Amino acid sequence: MLKSLMLEIQELEVAYGSIIALHRISLLVATGKIITLIGSNGAGKSTTLRSVSGLIRARRGKILFEGEEITNRAPHSIVGMGITQVPEGRMIFSNLTVLENLQMGAYRRKATAEIKKEYDHMFEIFPRLKEREKQVAGTLSGGEQQMLAIARALMSKPRFLMLDEPSLGIAPILVKTIFSKIVEINQQLGITILLVEQNANLALEISDYGYVLETGRIILEDKSAALRVNSLVKEAYLGG
Amino acid sequence: MDKLIEVLQQLVNGVSLGSIYALIALGYTMVYGVLRFINFAHGDIYMLGAYSGFLLAPLFAQTFKFGEFDTFTPENTLFILCGAGLVMVLSMAICAGIGVLIERIAYRPLRERPRLNVLITAIGVSLFLQNMTQYRLGADPKAFPQLIPVHVVEGLGNLTILTSQLAIIIATVILLIILRFVVMRTKLGLAMRALSLNPTACSIMGVNNDIVISFTFALGSALAAAAGILVSMDSPSINPLMGNLPGIKAFVAAVLGGIGNIPGAALGGLIIGILETFVVAIGFPQWRDGIAFAVLIVILLFKPTGILGRVEREKV
Repeated sequence: MLKSLMLEIQELEVAYGSIIALHRISLLVATGKIITLIGSNGAGKSTTLRSVSGLIRARRGKILFEGEEITNRAPHSIVGMGITQVPEGRMIFSNLTVLENLQMGAYRRKATAEIKKEYDHMFEIFPRLKEREKQVAGTLSGGEQQMLAIARALMSKPRFLMLDEPSLGIAPILVKTIFSKIVEINQQLGITILLVEQNANLALEISDYGYVLETGRIILEDKSAALRVNSLVKEAYLGG
Repeated sequence: MDKLIEVLQQLVNGVSLGSIYALIALGYTMVYGVLRFINFAHGDIYMLGAYSGFLLAPLFAQTFKFGEFDTFTPENTLFILCGAGLVMVLSMAICAGIGVLIERIAYRPLRERPRLNVLITAIGVSLFLQNMTQYRLGADPKAFPQLIPVHVVEGLGNLTILTSQLAIIIATVILLIILRFVVMRTKLGLAMRALSLNPTACSIMGVNNDIVISFTFALGSALAAAAGILVSMDSPSINPLMGNLPGIKAFVAAVLGGIGNIPGAALGGLIIGILETFVVAIGFPQWRDGIAFAVLIVILLFKPTGILGRVEREKV
């Protein structure tokens, strides 16, 4: 069991100034699975991802990646270990072209030939991006930008991918596409995924295990299938 | 016909002056791009560039026979350019190092503090560089050694162009082409552009932002140093406060072109240089230093984003 753990968060406490955002949360991500973290706005979901990525300091607790402690390491070295995130709001580089955005994703990789192949691979997964290759990323639609953000993250060849609200501000038809891509990435590329979502319905549908975060505390965790029928979850997050 | 020559003449003078402002302005704009702050010590890097040349030239004076040629001839041109080029490149390297050091020591510790702190620090650094230079090398003006023979370029009819002016323009063009290559075609250049768009996104791509910031300071400082050397070839009297006015004017040029915009800084520099020359030429020499500030006021009133600048959308 222990060997198949990708990420382990132990008693993590994070604060913004005097406001505590995470109250000693603990969370496990098993290798090869899709784990979801659901909860309402301001529950601390993004904060959790930000601390794994090293963007915000942990006050207490530990973050372990495949058994190795990575708490408070520099963001760039965390990427180097094989952890990437698709941040909330996508954060694509709006004035760079689609191709340059992908190039940025592969920043730490050296083998140019391999990277070139990787572009084609990304365009296979997201054919829409191929058409827009030379276009400035800021001109893409919301859904296309989300695809680009995911493709860009994959360019670093991560073993562990964190996605922060991939459905936010995207047309409903595209949300379906993007979620099916997430499953594809997990199953075909073998990348372990931690998915943060407000859209609990969708997230629980595609994930194996879920955590429910409420005002900085994990109040519930279970197999996703079980959470979907849990009365508390149903009432609070699945619209009754 | 005489009028046309006169206009052309002033245009050449303006472009060569503007090239200097452009080279300095690039450093302001690039640093602003990655850190969103105005490095007010940047003008003094230009001064240090001139002093680096001043101190380096004697080391190579014998090898390259500095000051021994009166004119350029087909035989000696390459030799002279190698000597001058060597002094310039070394000065650029020294100043690149100084720029990186300044950022490391004075600005980086204040990265997470309010931006006003680092702005005030930059003014402090500027005063430090000026006074340190005065203390170590003297406050009196120094004669800059002759790296290239300065004379009128022949065969241009009534147009009077000095070899030093031509050197400024050609060197600037070469440096701008190199800069464009670095920014548009290299990995670090790409990271620079990405960092100026979104530092957080940049670091989660695995970029060590500190390295990119250091690189930006190195690049900007090297260009300012080149400007310092080039200007000293043309008017060979240097002093520790020589960076003040060109520094401020280049800052105006960067704002005029659109702060954070690299082609904008080059364009802004040229415009300020040409305006300044023409203001003098049409009979308002007392406005020479004032025109840049008049431009600043106008641009801030009517187009604060500058000529090529874009409105920055607030991130949600």
